[in-house]
Amino acid sequence: MSLRIVVCVKYVPDATGDRQFTEDLTVNRDDVDGLLSELDEYAVEQALQIADEADDAEITVLTVGPEDAKDALRKALSMGADKAIHVEDDDLHGSDVMATSLVLAKAIEKAGYDLVITGMASTDGTMGVLPAILAERLGVPQVTLLSEVKVEDGVVTGRRDGDSASEQLEASLPALVSVTDQSGEARYPSFKGIMAAKKKPVESWDLEELEIESDEVGLEGSWTAVDSATQRPARTAGTIVKDEGEGGKSLAEFLAGQKFI
Amino acid sequence: MAEVLVYVDHVDGAVRKPTLELLTLARRIGEPVAVALGAGAEATAAVLAEHGAVKVLTADAPEFSDYLVVPKVDALQAAYAAVSPAAVLLPSSAENKEIGARLAVRIGSGIITDATDLEAGDEGPVATQAAFAASFSTKSRVSKGTPVITVKPNSAPVEAAPAAGTVEALAVTFGALATGTKVTSRTPRESTGRPELTEAAIVVSGGRGVNGAENFHIIEALADSLGAAVGASRAAVDAGWYPHSNQVGQTGKSVSPQLYIASGISGAIQHRAGMQTSKTIVAINKDAEAPIFDLVDYGVVGDLFAVVPQLTDEIKARKG
Ligand SMILES: Cc1cc2nc3c(=O)[nH]c(=O)nc-3n(C[C@H](O)[C@H](O)[C@H](O)COP(=O)(O)OP(=O)(O)OC[C@H]3O[C@@H](n4cnc5c(N)ncnc54)[C@H](O)[C@@H]3O)c2cc1C
Ligand SMILES: Cc1cc2nc3c(=O)[nH]c(=O)nc-3n(C[C@H](O)[C@H](O)[C@H](O)COP(=O)(O)OP(=O)(O)OC[C@H]3O[C@@H](n4cnc5c(N)ncnc54)[C@H](O)[C@@H]3O)c2cc1C
Repeated sequence: MSLRIVVCVKYVPDATGDRQFTEDLTVNRDDVDGLLSELDEYAVEQALQIADEADDAEITVLTVGPEDAKDALRKALSMGADKAIHVEDDDLHGSDVMATSLVLAKAIEKAGYDLVITGMASTDGTMGVLPAILAERLGVPQVTLLSEVKVEDGVVTGRRDGDSASEQLEASLPALVSVTDQSGEARYPSFKGIMAAKKKPVESWDLEELEIESDEVGLEGSWTAVDSATQRPARTAGTIVKDEGEGGKSLAEFLAGQKFI
Repeated sequence: MAEVLVYVDHVDGAVRKPTLELLTLARRIGEPVAVALGAGAEATAAVLAEHGAVKVLTADAPEFSDYLVVPKVDALQAAYAAVSPAAVLLPSSAENKEIGARLAVRIGSGIITDATDLEAGDEGPVATQAAFAASFSTKSRVSKGTPVITVKPNSAPVEAAPAAGTVEALAVTFGALATGTKVTSRTPRESTGRPELTEAAIVVSGGRGVNGAENFHIIEALADSLGAAVGASRAAVDAGWYPHSNQVGQTGKSVSPQLYIASGISGAIQHRAGMQTSKTIVAINKDAEAPIFDLVDYGVVGDLFAVVPQLTDEIKARKG
């Protein structure tokens, strides 16, 4: 029986660009290039490795995002995923984590799955909670923040390196897994992969197809509201000295002046 | 006055500092009712009372340690049902964020994570968050349901505010999902005797410039002279020079100490995301063009192998 894996990938503004908010306090997507969240590449990589070990597996990559988010899906397809689903609808603009997770959960259920894999956090919102929320909504075990993951005989096992301990976890499928950037370098798409990706199917779904009302998502349907976003003033230029033998001492003088010593 | 649920982070009854900070913030919006789970839960009551908890709800069961996250959500939900609070606050940590998030879905509420400040507002608590690697500061509210908000360590002072702190046992029934993810083994992290990275007042970090695990003792010696925690960049962690649990940055720990000292770290955006809110920033780097110098209050352009030991010696001499 085929193992159906759905990987959630987010299309985000490049973190090295000058990220800004728009007037309605949502992310400005026009002035900075978008890309597949780097942390979701690790999720795609683990899906590929799990699929390699399985007798028969199919990997679907799923994104909720604007039109350009197809780029993120193409990247994942060129890494080796089999097909893609893009949930796209004007009414999604400004969705918070509750609205986004509702859409993802409905799309995952419609697609059919045994295993859902996500990244540990997006590189823009960086909440790191969407995986747990998805597991709650889907009613399946969460096996999150794994630095090592394995699937065998319908059971997923993994290692979670937490603040105070490292834990070995185990759950039966269907389940939701999130992986960290410690789980193993993600592969680069090969030329062959990039060419093959062009022929792979990308489905587009809108809210109607998922039976979601427009007032359940977007700015209106979100359960949080942003009232203001202000750019932090650039830090005032500090003192910079060149070490000519006394650098450590001058630094100590500074620290003493600030009462750290 | 409205009650506010505060989820307690503790290790066998020893309450961690971020929870005490949270009690300071909780008192701005209501009367804190603390929820302490697991072994030693009752032992937390005294210190929680000293810091303003009017009541401490406790529960212990093997499920809390044998299974991941969900049993704690079941318990927090039971506390929520018992109290009907005006808000639910948790200290931000990977696990606590997951607990808060699942509770929020269940009770039909919005969630705000990693707040750095909290004030009472006309339409409920207003949270400050740092966005886009802390280049923006936002103010947000939960607009539906009971606000669930997780707060970063070092966001408020710890203040004494004696209150009753009456201990009450919390009755918890575990749902079908509680036993979904089994913890089959647990290896506690070895204590270094140094302060906890996210809680420390001073953090001393080393990066690729430290050039080898065998050189990290230079960074550790500086940290020890200041009573500081040790951090590392991802480059240093990926090279195997220092444990991942000490990584500072987007995919490591986020720190906000009074003083952050970066040695041999260039200051890539992902590193800055985890330390940019530090009050005072100091860097030692041999490249005058390194982006970290854009953030510093004081920077030394020089070789860390010369500057750091001299600094350590000078600190020791001054401390006598
Ligand atoms: C600066 C900033 C702050 C925000 N703060 C809040 C807040 O406090 N409360 C709130 O409710 N919302 C907030 N949002 C909105 C929130 O980030 C998005 O709704 C979002 O998609 C879910 O949160 P995340 O991206 O932080 O996800 P995380 O929980 O960090 O993401 C984890 C994983 O979920 C998957 N994933 C996330 N989004 C998608 C997607 N659209 N498509 C496919 N997979 C996805 C990916 O696998 C990702 O690796 C914020 C957004 C920004 C930009
Ligand atoms: C998705 C993603 C997540 C990431 N998460 C994190 C994260 O959480 N934390 C993190 O740190 N990085 C993270 N990174 C990596 C980040 O982009 C950088 O690669 C990393 O921070 C670089 O570490 P570094 O500054 O130690 O090394 P480098 O950038 O190589 O800098 C080394 C510096 O040391 C200086 N130096 C060398 N020798 C000496 C000497 N003898 N004396 C003084 N100075 C010297 C050099 O001039 C240089 O500036 C992430 C990247 C990605 C893509």
